[in-house]
Amino acid sequence: MSRNDTSDLIFRRVLAVFPISILILVAGILFQLVYSSLPSLSKFGVGFLFHNTWDPVNENFGALPFIFGTLVTSLVALLLAVPVGVGAAIYLAEYAPPPVSRVISILVDLLAAIPSVIYGLWGIFVLVPCMRDTIQPFLGKYFGFLPFFQGPNYGVGVLAASIMLAIIIIPFIISVSREVILAVPTVYKESAYALGATRWEALSNIVLSYGKVGILGAVILALGRAIGEVMAVTMIIGNNVKISASLFSPGYTLASVIANEFAEADTNLYLSALIEIGLVLLLVSIIVNILARLLIWSVTGGNSTEGMK
Amino acid sequence: MKRIWSLVAAMAMVASVAFADTTLINGAGSTFMYPALTKWFEVYSSIDPSVQFNYQAIGSGAGIQQVTAKTVDFGGTDGPMTMDQMTAAPGRIYHIPMVMGAEAIAYNIPGVSNGLKLTPDVVAGIFLGKITQWNDPKITEQNPGVNLPSSSIVVAHRSDGSGTTFIFTDYLSSVSPEWKSRVGKGTAVNWPVGLGGKGNQGVSGILKQSPGSIGYVELAYAKENNLTYAVVQNQSGNFIEPSVESTSEAANGVAIPDDFRVSIVNSANPQAYPIAGFSWMLIYKNMMDSPAKGKAIVGFAKWAVTDGQKYSAQLDYAPLPSDLVDKIQKKLDMIKY
Repeated sequence: MSRNDTSDLIFRRVLAVFPISILILVAGILFQLVYSSLPSLSKFGVGFLFHNTWDPVNENFGALPFIFGTLVTSLVALLLAVPVGVGAAIYLAEYAPPPVSRVISILVDLLAAIPSVIYGLWGIFVLVPCMRDTIQPFLGKYFGFLPFFQGPNYGVGVLAASIMLAIIIIPFIISVSREVILAVPTVYKESAYALGATRWEALSNIVLSYGKVGILGAVILALGRAIGEVMAVTMIIGNNVKISASLFSPGYTLASVIANEFAEADTNLYLSALIEIGLVLLLVSIIVNILARLLIWSVTGGNSTEGMK
Repeated sequence: MKRIWSLVAAMAMVASVAFADTTLINGAGSTFMYPALTKWFEVYSSIDPSVQFNYQAIGSGAGIQQVTAKTVDFGGTDGPMTMDQMTAAPGRIYHIPMVMGAEAIAYNIPGVSNGLKLTPDVVAGIFLGKITQWNDPKITEQNPGVNLPSSSIVVAHRSDGSGTTFIFTDYLSSVSPEWKSRVGKGTAVNWPVGLGGKGNQGVSGILKQSPGSIGYVELAYAKENNLTYAVVQNQSGNFIEPSVESTSEAANGVAIPDDFRVSIVNSANPQAYPIAGFSWMLIYKNMMDSPAKGKAIVGFAKWAVTDGQKYSAQLDYAPLPSDLVDKIQKKLDMIKY
């Protein structure tokens, strides 16, 4: 008995090391980010978040255009990706003949493994010309009364970056949502059919209801990916520090400005402002994650471990 | 079997002796210089096999920081160190010019081929966002007979911090007082207008994809990618095509100070192309703490600015003018090791 107790204890202690090491890691990152951005924090204070100039020559820095760009591209990407991703997942899990489903699932996993620089190159050579010659003129012609679709049409810009992000995150949404839907116990679905439910009723009342927590989890994962994406976005967003209502105009994201300017940042304040951008990026991710979790709670009625009510 | 083992042992001994005699030199910095350095390292390894080089192209700013922190033996930079940076360094640092490069102003105007004539006024006006259409009278009056469209101008610039941007904004600052006060010069600046592309390939991507666009790229890059580029009016009023020769001329019209920390944009030489710059190797004057490294670096630098220049010229870098090379060699002789 006592021997078992001891080994149990050791096992428990050893296991506990892993989650604690994650905590230490996050705390360490946070500490390092705050410490290294102290010069910028003390110079610009909270104003850093609401200031829309980024002038390395005169060392005048503000993060607002980057926060704006990050949020807008990620949200537009989600709007585009969620219907496609969840729809595809439902089809693959519920409707597609098994061989088709298997082949498409493999392709989806392949898509998820493509490095984003490849997506970026594809963006420059295929997506951007298509945006400039077809998609944006169309949107401008029929939806030009909306402020989102006005202004000069360069091809590169916030809309191109959002579509690119949507394409990058769709495989994640499909892959995870499909697994979630497949995990719905068959017995629930069969009971619904036994009660005379149509396929649509079984799907909307049983499958999606049971799986909504998991699907929202997939969306959060995708959102995190979208917020942190660097290369593909940097290559086609136009990298212009300004805030504009139009999705046609060039923009900038938090991750992009770090990737673009870190190597050549030559003064302490400049470096520290870039590190503070990293800190802001971390905080934006945390806040978006918390909001998404609150959303799950409200959807599931406060009980996130049990999807069915 | 025994013989094989003794052979292996002998080889191991040879290898260890060779290893012990090799001096490893670490450098970091400018990406602009990187292709030239790589070529030089390759050729130099047969001239002096006892020296081995390792260079990280992490950008000029990072190169300056690493050399200041002495984590590397030499740095590479496209913009000279500022006085503040010089005083922050633990010892006196020499700037040794290694290569010269020029920037082409490339454009994509349907129906217009190479050789659009641009004045400094026009270049500054376009990048300040004041000249917005290709058929602006300021452009057309210099280009009679060229059919310029009424389309708007799409400005492309580098989004990543780079020495290329430093040289270009240095040029704009020297020809336009308004640019100097509103924007200034640096490896990254607050651009009044335009789209940012990452790297030379990002800018040329925008240029190729957007009719009506204009941007600056390294001359070698513009040539390799068959971009159309402008002839630019220099200080003497001549329109000069960017080339290896006209870039070398840029160093001839400028008084070169003893520390070589000089900008050669907007050169007074009538033959010079106005948008050109040096890339410097950053070397400590006093390397007595590691004489072997000092000897190796000085030996390499002397070779690179003389015989080595013909290898960098193959890569479209402009060769250093010969009187400058003499001065550089005298400077290298002052390094103590």
